[in-house]
Amino acid sequence: MSTVSDYRKREESVTYSTEPAGPGETHELLTINFGPVHPSTHGVLRLYATLEGEIVRDVQPVIGYLHTGIEKTAEDKSYWKAIPVVERMDYLSYYFNAMAFCGAVEELLVLEVPKRAQYLRVIHLELDRLMSHMVWIGTFALDLGAMSPIFYCFRQRELLLDLFEMSSGQRMHTRYFQVGGVAEDIPQGFKQKVQQYLDQAPAVFDQLADLLENNEIALQRLRGTGVIDEQTALSLGVTGPLLRATGNPWDLRKAAPYSSYEDFDFKIPVGTVGDNYDRFRVRHAELYESLKIIQQALDGLPEGPYIADDRKVVLPPRHELATSMEALIHHFKLVTEGFRVPAGESYYPIESPRGELGCFVRADGSAKPARVHMRDPSFHNLQALAPMVRGGYIADFIATLAALDPIIGGVDR
Amino acid sequence: MPDAAGLDLIAEQLAAVDGDCLIGHSFERGRAELQIDPAKNIQVLQWLSDRGYSFLASLHGVDYYPHEPRLGVVYELLDMHEVDRISVKARVSVESPDIASVVSLWPGGNADEREVYDMFGVVFVGHPDLRRILMPEDYEGFPQRRDFPVGGEPVLFTYNEQGYGEDR
Repeated sequence: MSTVSDYRKREESVTYSTEPAGPGETHELLTINFGPVHPSTHGVLRLYATLEGEIVRDVQPVIGYLHTGIEKTAEDKSYWKAIPVVERMDYLSYYFNAMAFCGAVEELLVLEVPKRAQYLRVIHLELDRLMSHMVWIGTFALDLGAMSPIFYCFRQRELLLDLFEMSSGQRMHTRYFQVGGVAEDIPQGFKQKVQQYLDQAPAVFDQLADLLENNEIALQRLRGTGVIDEQTALSLGVTGPLLRATGNPWDLRKAAPYSSYEDFDFKIPVGTVGDNYDRFRVRHAELYESLKIIQQALDGLPEGPYIADDRKVVLPPRHELATSMEALIHHFKLVTEGFRVPAGESYYPIESPRGELGCFVRADGSAKPARVHMRDPSFHNLQALAPMVRGGYIADFIATLAALDPIIGGVDR
Repeated sequence: MPDAAGLDLIAEQLAAVDGDCLIGHSFERGRAELQIDPAKNIQVLQWLSDRGYSFLASLHGVDYYPHEPRLGVVYELLDMHEVDRISVKARVSVESPDIASVVSLWPGGNADEREVYDMFGVVFVGHPDLRRILMPEDYEGFPQRRDFPVGGEPVLFTYNEQGYGEDR
């Protein structure tokens, strides 16, 4: 028997039979399959849900449908060519993926990033956080049955994508971050465009809150559903807004600042109960904090180089290629072989919109990484789904899954 | 990260508790790392967890091909109060890739251990449900190992499914 038919046989062995909920019980347990292609799974996520009537007794996520082997692919590329592939893991927070990878490599190279580049990174990271939260609020409301917020959210997202296009030429997967800084300085007029965005955004965010918070149906569906306590969340490795909704103010931007986050004044919103309502409030309050950070970074954007000056790592400026032989040699070496990174390992954690995004890079002294691993927050947060939904209604299960904000590209990598 | 002196102190205290569990420790470019005996990983991690490194941030595998023992399991621990990180590394060989599971300490390690098993073939003894997680169930080989070739993966379509169904 071939392995394929063996696999099919095992697929057939999965039964969706009913059985009594317990000894002496007349209720029946029903196992249903949910996904992998279902609009409210936010990607290709498959869930086995065991139901007793309307009550969810257990949920088992089955993942791997979007596994693309990015970690393996990155091992086959030189460091600077690996940036575009790692960006494609969590497809809503591409700036964060690039930041984690570049940060890990910079740590191995002991490379100082210029202040202007750090500020430009912060501006783009926070714009990306806004973009990710916009998609989240829109789809979350859609899963609750509220149709209109997604239109407002995606209009805002479009403005953000236009800003990304202006600074990097790409709307998504921008590859703007480079080892040592950013790929290019911001174009003329970018600051004004960001300012325009910042000026109009708070009104739209207020409007979104009004749409959901003054809505009795939404409130009834959010309050007290999908509750998880702090200790369970910590033992399951949950981070980000989900952990903050339980009341733990853990945010790496504050706790262990990277890329000049210590220069900015912002608050960490926390929840109290850890239910879906708190998750919505925490993410919604984060929007305003992100705006504050961007405003400060924009106002205080220092002059200076946008990328480090180490010619062994960073491409020489274009205009030097015509006049300097040395620059031409460096350019040739960097483009053909890439730069070599001294042997060692590093783990670089940052706060992505979903939690701790850590990049582990092992260098073996060559121009290609020997191992790239992303600690993706969605992968760990998804484990908290079963404790959140056990004992609740199946309708709340959909709301909780949406509130979890799993990005399957990040889960499966 | 604890600084170099702090790491020396932790290593010293750990050696006083159990002299054999620690193989070495290193502090390089801001990364504090303990290399431990894979047979005693639970004791060391429990001890570190009691000291405050109580959050398992990440658990991942590394292949050190061609060095022996080839496979490494790295635990990235985090102390949320002191905001301190420490890495613990245990290395096992391909021939006997057994290491105790940490699911009893951190239930969140469940998916990570399944991923390391899936990608590197490290067997976590005591794991409640050690199956492949990202690759298909019937997949052969451990794709993240360094000697696993890249490319050439046949894509499964209905027409090249041989031997399935009664009419084939």
